[in-house]
Amino acid sequence: MGNKIVQEKENVPVLSVEELSVSFNMYQKGLRRENLEVLHKLSLSIHAGEILAVAGASGSGKSILAHAVLGILPGNASTRGRMLYKGQPLTEKEKRRLRGREIAFIPQSVDYLDPLMRVGRQVMGVRGTKERQRELFGKYGLEEGTEKKFPSMLSGGMARRVLIASALMEEASLIVADEPTPGLSKELAEETLQNFRELADAGCAVILITHDIDLAFRAADKIAVFYAGTIVEIAPAKDFRAGKEALRHPYSRAFLEALPQNEFRPLKGFQPYAGKLPKGCLFAERCSERSGMCMGEIPMRKVRGAEVRCVHAR
Amino acid sequence: MQDKSSEGLAAGNISFRYGKSADWILRGINLTVKPGERVGLIGPSGCGKSTLARIIAGYERPLEGEVLLNGSPLPKKGYCPVQMIYQHPEQAVNPRWKMEKILCEAWTPDAELLKDMGIEREWLKRWPAELSGGELQRFLIARVLGPQTRFLVCDEISTMLDVITQAQVWEILLKAAERQELGMLVVTHNMALAKRVCTRIVSLPEINGAEYR
Repeated sequence: MGNKIVQEKENVPVLSVEELSVSFNMYQKGLRRENLEVLHKLSLSIHAGEILAVAGASGSGKSILAHAVLGILPGNASTRGRMLYKGQPLTEKEKRRLRGREIAFIPQSVDYLDPLMRVGRQVMGVRGTKERQRELFGKYGLEEGTEKKFPSMLSGGMARRVLIASALMEEASLIVADEPTPGLSKELAEETLQNFRELADAGCAVILITHDIDLAFRAADKIAVFYAGTIVEIAPAKDFRAGKEALRHPYSRAFLEALPQNEFRPLKGFQPYAGKLPKGCLFAERCSERSGMCMGEIPMRKVRGAEVRCVHAR
Repeated sequence: MQDKSSEGLAAGNISFRYGKSADWILRGINLTVKPGERVGLIGPSGCGKSTLARIIAGYERPLEGEVLLNGSPLPKKGYCPVQMIYQHPEQAVNPRWKMEKILCEAWTPDAELLKDMGIEREWLKRWPAELSGGELQRFLIARVLGPQTRFLVCDEISTMLDVITQAQVWEILLKAAERQELGMLVVTHNMALAKRVCTRIVSLPEINGAEYR
């Protein structure tokens, strides 16, 4: 599927992911091991100047996608499928060379900060300069004394801003941001997204994994909705802004209904556990439109200028 | 008989700073949460919301002032009626305990609650590092809903959850709050959420004598 998208646009995507599957090898009882597939044949692509927001259920594999792109999955993970960076195969060796230089990562957890290193020093990293670090701290409203502090002395929001600053030390072509905004006030979260928008407008590609979907609607170009290790819909952000009727997948619509500023109505049930996925549509169990057609293989298809994994979508 | 006016969880004249020569973060804070009341605490990043939450839950000692539960200090032994749920679940668990031990540290939640929370049986045998932030947070909410809990301090508990799970978790929390007449202090940046779940909203900078810079 990724190939088709490449052919449609003349320019080469900064990143294209084709049929990526990730599984974990886990111990069950004693020495018995089980292979648990958590991402299933995932395809997507992102071009320079674009922000792709990745939304979806907690535990649907959003962070795993980010870690697979960076090449920082744990040792018991194995991957299948293909990733291309600017048209070239993104091998493990390439990932090691590119990450921290051309591919920047903003991790989800503030645990990724070294607790024993002053934050100014760790943001500079190996190749950064003091000037750049001060410039970024200034930009993100981290006052002068902050660089001398240890991570434990920072608030949640300040630690987030330190993580963002460290990702921007070098000029990246691809930024993978895993939940950069929780714990930030509304103003700071909006400003952070505005910064991503500016980076994208300057030619960067940004993958923005986020739960703050109301913010993502406004800053992103495209939104990919994840569910149980698959993408159920990739649609232009304007469709999410337009409201439920513009969306194609029932899960995307349930997302809008659950927002506190909308109905705050939770959809019943939970996404299926990776170890016991149902046959056919993974969402069928919670879906009000479920029918016999949902029991077969559900391919991704084009509906009204977007891609959706649902046989009922019109 | 107990004086009705002292009922609740009361922070009286709280002041706090990290280190002797640092700037004050909190100065002369007075805040009371009555049973059944859900107080939203809002304010900019770094203004001391989490610090105040930790003080009220008894995890940090204020330099001045005191926290009283129905007129007396928080108990030093046994099950504390004031329980806390954190912003970063991965930092609130023992990484060397399996999930079952973490969940049942203070009480044993029944199967129905686990089902409502969407906690899979398989997860009980896992290590914390093998669960996503959202999955982990559901355990941490279930573990504090013991029958002896009177007050819950919730510090940004649903920011790492997707919006559907967020709405589910709050539905469960609000049900438990009603059943057990829990009082809640809800720290959040999400105004829309605060308006949905809280009975009143307090802006920390407005009640804080310390200057936020």
